[in-house]
Amino acid sequence: MIQARLAAHGVDVEFQAGSGITALFGAAGAGKTLILDAIAGFVTPASGRVILDDKIVFDAASRVNLPPRSRHCAYVARHWALFPHMSVHDNLLFPLAGLPRLERHRRVKEMLERFTLQEAAPRRPHEVSPAERLRATVARALIGEPKLLLVDEPAAGLDIALRAEWYKILRLVRDETSLPMLLAARDPETCFELARNMLLLDGGRILQSGPPRKVFDQPVGVEAARLLGIRNLFPAEIVALDPGRNTSRLRLENFELTGPYLPGRLRGDRVWLCVEPGRLLAAPHDGAKPSMNQVAARLERASETPDAVRLEFAGGIVAEIARRDFEPQPKDNDNKEWLVEFPPNALRVLGCP
Amino acid sequence: MPPDWSPLWLSLRYAGLATLLAILVALPLGWLLERRRFTGSNLLNAAVNLPLVLPPAVLVYYLLARLGLWPLHFNWHTATGVSAIYTLPLLLRLTWPGLAAVDHSFENAARGLGAGEWRIFWRITLPLAWRALFGAVLAGFARAFVDFFATALVAANTAYGAGSVWLILLVAAASMAALYVGSWVWRGQAPA
Repeated sequence: MIQARLAAHGVDVEFQAGSGITALFGAAGAGKTLILDAIAGFVTPASGRVILDDKIVFDAASRVNLPPRSRHCAYVARHWALFPHMSVHDNLLFPLAGLPRLERHRRVKEMLERFTLQEAAPRRPHEVSPAERLRATVARALIGEPKLLLVDEPAAGLDIALRAEWYKILRLVRDETSLPMLLAARDPETCFELARNMLLLDGGRILQSGPPRKVFDQPVGVEAARLLGIRNLFPAEIVALDPGRNTSRLRLENFELTGPYLPGRLRGDRVWLCVEPGRLLAAPHDGAKPSMNQVAARLERASETPDAVRLEFAGGIVAEIARRDFEPQPKDNDNKEWLVEFPPNALRVLGCP
Repeated sequence: MPPDWSPLWLSLRYAGLATLLAILVALPLGWLLERRRFTGSNLLNAAVNLPLVLPPAVLVYYLLARLGLWPLHFNWHTATGVSAIYTLPLLLRLTWPGLAAVDHSFENAARGLGAGEWRIFWRITLPLAWRALFGAVLAGFARAFVDFFATALVAANTAYGAGSVWLILLVAAASMAALYVGSWVWRGQAPA
């Protein structure tokens, strides 16, 4: 259990986290690493307080500032930081100084088995496989039985196979121990794979917190939605509300849409509308009159993703459709007009900006 | 007639000792200047580098001896001390980047794993920087070995002629000021 209130170098946050993984999600420069460093004790905040398992490790008001070695926060750095001049075995031995010899060897042996590192043990970090390096890093962090695990940008720069291995290791730790973990993450995938809770950071402030599913489904505002990488954000004005039919009428820049009824909103309110690209329907325009919630739009770019085709239309509309639904236009066909349909139940309204 | 090896032996002895003395000072000083920012760090940096810009005669004889800061008896112990002072800036210049090149994330990882600063220095920083430090020691030794002035002090065993102490002091102060400014320009911070 960690409770932290920190203000340092433009960061000002307050949060608490229990067992399991809490992700700090934000763009580069949002303050993720600084928060981890301040909790670990590498950076001294100007004000605030950090409590770890009922023990105050930092309190600016009463000038408590425990040195990093007394805080029992293991830190997994961005580039792993296994000591290159020591074997994997000696790396694991390093945190155990001061323990009786037998106990040290028992723990190292146990960790080597738990993380299947027996073969890698006598070798230096640069001589073992990347997957073994990952496991050794986590094993070394856990061997001293820390109270908190801080992990900086785990999946950054890992290839797909390694990323899967990394998620597997952290899930193992999460499920086998009750250790609280704070994890700086730059991509949504990491949050969904691992985190129970996430803190959405922007410019050193927490914009939103909660389970990843909830944060992504209900961003508190347009800044949060943009940070989460949500596409299809449109400013709109409510021009009609019909509680009887449970509908609303929304005016966008160039067209109008029918959406679900918006309780608590008034006619004339300005809102932000968002639609997941995967929930838009799109088909080449065959000249028929657009029906309800269909909008004629000019296709500007089509690009393939591993399991869909992403269509980018004029006006900032992005749709993703299955590859079999996307029939490549013949080369001589210069008809780029498409009909894009916004299903009413796919429309979500964010808080006003 | 057998060759007289004593000059070589003398040079090796005093160069080795001077290098040892200098590295014992340069290592903690380099670490301190690289890792910590404290009031007066630029002044300290400038003072250590003073021998780079002052001729040995000026520094040793006029400043130390004639101002009575260091009772100078011209023998090989003195030569070793003088040589150490002159080797120090070179060693510091060479050990500093070596220590700076050690990635802080290794040291921070060690801190998170419960290691104290002393243990981190011996187990992490020093082994990771040893190539640079070894190179620094070799260069320092070479510098001390070929140093003529210290030998001259011993051999000549004479004092230099009189000069204006105040003029020399002025030169020293100007050199110090230039080094001080240079130090904070180089480290990218205002004088502290």
